[in-house]
Amino acid sequence: MRRREFLTQSAASIGGVLIYSRQVFRLSAQANQSIRIPLRFFSQAEALIIAAASSRIFPSDETSPGAREAGVAVYIDRQLAGPWGRDRYRYTQVPFEENAPAEFGYQGKATPQQIYRQGLKDLKGFNRLGPREQDQKLKQIEATLFFSLLRQNTIEGMFCDPMHGGNIDMMGWQLIGFPGPRMSNYEDVDTHFGEAFRPKPASLRQVTRGKVRPSEDLE
Amino acid sequence: MKTLPSVDVVIIGGGWTGLLMAKELGSRTALSVVVLERGGPRKTNDYGDDMDELDYTIRFRMMQDVSQETVTLRHDSSRRALPLRQHGSFLPGSGVGGAGEHWSGVCPRYLPDCFEYGSKRLPEDHAIQDWGVTYEELEPHYTRVDLLLGISGKAGNIRGKQIEGGNIFEGWRSAEYPTPPTKIPYFSSMFAEAAKSLGYHPYPVPAATTSRAYTNPDGVSRSGCTYCGYCETFGCMIGAKSQPTNTLLPVIEKRKNVSIRTGAWVRRIVHDASENKGKASGVIYFDANGQEVFQPAGLVFLASWTLNNTHLLLLSGIGEAYDPTTGKGALGRNLTHQVNFSAATAFLERPLNRFMGSGASGIMLSDLDGDLFDHSKLPFLRGGTLSARSARSLPISEWGVVPESVKATWGPEWKKAALHYYDRTGRIGFSGEHLAYRDNYMDLDPVYKDHFGDPLLRLTLDWRENERKMADYVITKAIELAREMGAKDVTPFSGLQSYDATRYQSSHVQGGAIMGSSPERSVVNPYLQHWQLSNLFVLGASSFPQNAAANPTPTILALTYRTADAIVDRYLKNPAPLA
Repeated sequence: MRRREFLTQSAASIGGVLIYSRQVFRLSAQANQSIRIPLRFFSQAEALIIAAASSRIFPSDETSPGAREAGVAVYIDRQLAGPWGRDRYRYTQVPFEENAPAEFGYQGKATPQQIYRQGLKDLKGFNRLGPREQDQKLKQIEATLFFSLLRQNTIEGMFCDPMHGGNIDMMGWQLIGFPGPRMSNYEDVDTHFGEAFRPKPASLRQVTRGKVRPSEDLE
Repeated sequence: MKTLPSVDVVIIGGGWTGLLMAKELGSRTALSVVVLERGGPRKTNDYGDDMDELDYTIRFRMMQDVSQETVTLRHDSSRRALPLRQHGSFLPGSGVGGAGEHWSGVCPRYLPDCFEYGSKRLPEDHAIQDWGVTYEELEPHYTRVDLLLGISGKAGNIRGKQIEGGNIFEGWRSAEYPTPPTKIPYFSSMFAEAAKSLGYHPYPVPAATTSRAYTNPDGVSRSGCTYCGYCETFGCMIGAKSQPTNTLLPVIEKRKNVSIRTGAWVRRIVHDASENKGKASGVIYFDANGQEVFQPAGLVFLASWTLNNTHLLLLSGIGEAYDPTTGKGALGRNLTHQVNFSAATAFLERPLNRFMGSGASGIMLSDLDGDLFDHSKLPFLRGGTLSARSARSLPISEWGVVPESVKATWGPEWKKAALHYYDRTGRIGFSGEHLAYRDNYMDLDPVYKDHFGDPLLRLTLDWRENERKMADYVITKAIELAREMGAKDVTPFSGLQSYDATRYQSSHVQGGAIMGSSPERSVVNPYLQHWQLSNLFVLGASSFPQNAAANPTPTILALTYRTADAIVDRYLKNPAPLA
């Protein structure tokens, strides 16, 4: 799997999919090519920091792409602007308990939007640091709630259905050999034992030929 | 408040039990039946476009809206309870079909001795009691459930005759499963081989993800499973997984005497001791427009999700709330969950293609369940099943599982290891029995409210030594199995600490409105009829006095069938206590 192919394809798909406009975020796809992606929650400066940080969590290297190419920052931007970012899916009645034991889950007051805004304050200029300094900075905040959300959201953005803005061109799925919502594995499930079976991935919209709407676009 | 014309039957909850009762009463009687479901409507073929892990598995689209109502938890009664602010250790459903829509479809029966513990040595603080029904009595109803759902499997005991390849330890069955076992994916077949070579008796998981096209005795047809892997937390896109909407709804929709009202959130069961002693008179609910409605009814079925049954009885002031210090009161006692975890995570050499499978296709073994193995030198009672299934093999959920030797949790080293192991990782799961204890119970929370302003249900729940030692023991067995499968690296489960509300365990939370033969120690009689209000029946796993290792849905449905029979054959002729 060559990196150049991902990038070429991803450029085309980004241009065709995004129709929202508020702020515009410039993502460097290749030295001579850039794609303008409208933002819903982040400022441009914030989006550049998130793109840089998520790509240290899930880096690209000589053999395979990572969070930057997969559009993870775009995914996170949309999630934060949507019902999840506003804590629509959480019980938020008082009293909160900021120091609850871990087995009760997050019990604090701050919403994902607020946790990101607060966390981003500690990462000013992050995208202009070198990789080693970036990793050092992330190690300092490793134990924070912000970092654990960013790490989880990075994984989501790598492997979600492309309709959510991440996993552009299904590059996350291609990395791990996941075919997406494949309608039937009937002939294959009890064969291919011990050898990799890797059907060509297809997204939910491709499979259903329909306009499935992701939750972040519903409200 | 608006008062509607009276109906014969009102059923609270449109999940497995509520819709099965609606189907039975709607088909076998001319009674007018209204089902009140607080979630949204669903049709028989509603899931053509739901195969999205993010919205369905990670954001829980099919589940109860916890922003409106959740439960609180504390580990013992000396502490303050905290709300479960996000879904975690169990997943109540919402909408027509309830949790029966998003289940995996694993369908074993309970071991016969689960219903009657007899004179076993029991821990001092236990609250175990008999169900008031025996396996012998339930067997015909279990068979009806097999036929209704078209369960796929291989019998191991037909009328006492042991059959190799099936579960030779199961209670006797009157017939073979209606459909043959599902196809078995690679990891599960490796597990079967390893189990056999270690002397166990593995068998195909009994599955409601039916192996081939099937028409049930009601004339309802479903297609066979295509092993797409989108089962748990999803509705089945082709209807191969038996769900209330594709198994019960097609019958109900043809009955003019049954109607389903969605968006109807029941707040109280009404009972007036002075006017109509010993009877419920109907229910109060908020309809989809927020209008408060009184629906009078001759017969009331409480058939919501297990914890919500107890919650509504407590809010309605029906029955005496349990007090663990005195042992008095039956409502809320015997809260149990299930001892469920990934006992061993096996890192293998060959790719597994684990995107293929179904929630219930796989292999399990019962050699370590119940009293089927020698406990004489073991520091715990009872046991559970080990299994290798293909459920939940989607990439957001499964990415990043690496051997313990990999210390990084992000960055290049982590990515490289996670990429290598992504499709080489399999889990050996354990599902174990949870005993009932005097101090594991439910009541109303004094602090936290639901969005109507009513108190939330409070769970007081923690593991005891029996569960912790059972876990430690089966972990060693799972490691042996993983090694036998050729795993170079094995990560064992870390062991049971305090009850962890963030780790999904199973949605098999039981008790609270338990069945039994004594009104002092149970809420409903063996026909699930309320001891105090004889026209109120409380269906579902809230009636289980303690939990078994097996998945509960077949037992829940068998008990519902038995209640339907008792109502049609006896109660309607003489509306009085059935026991």
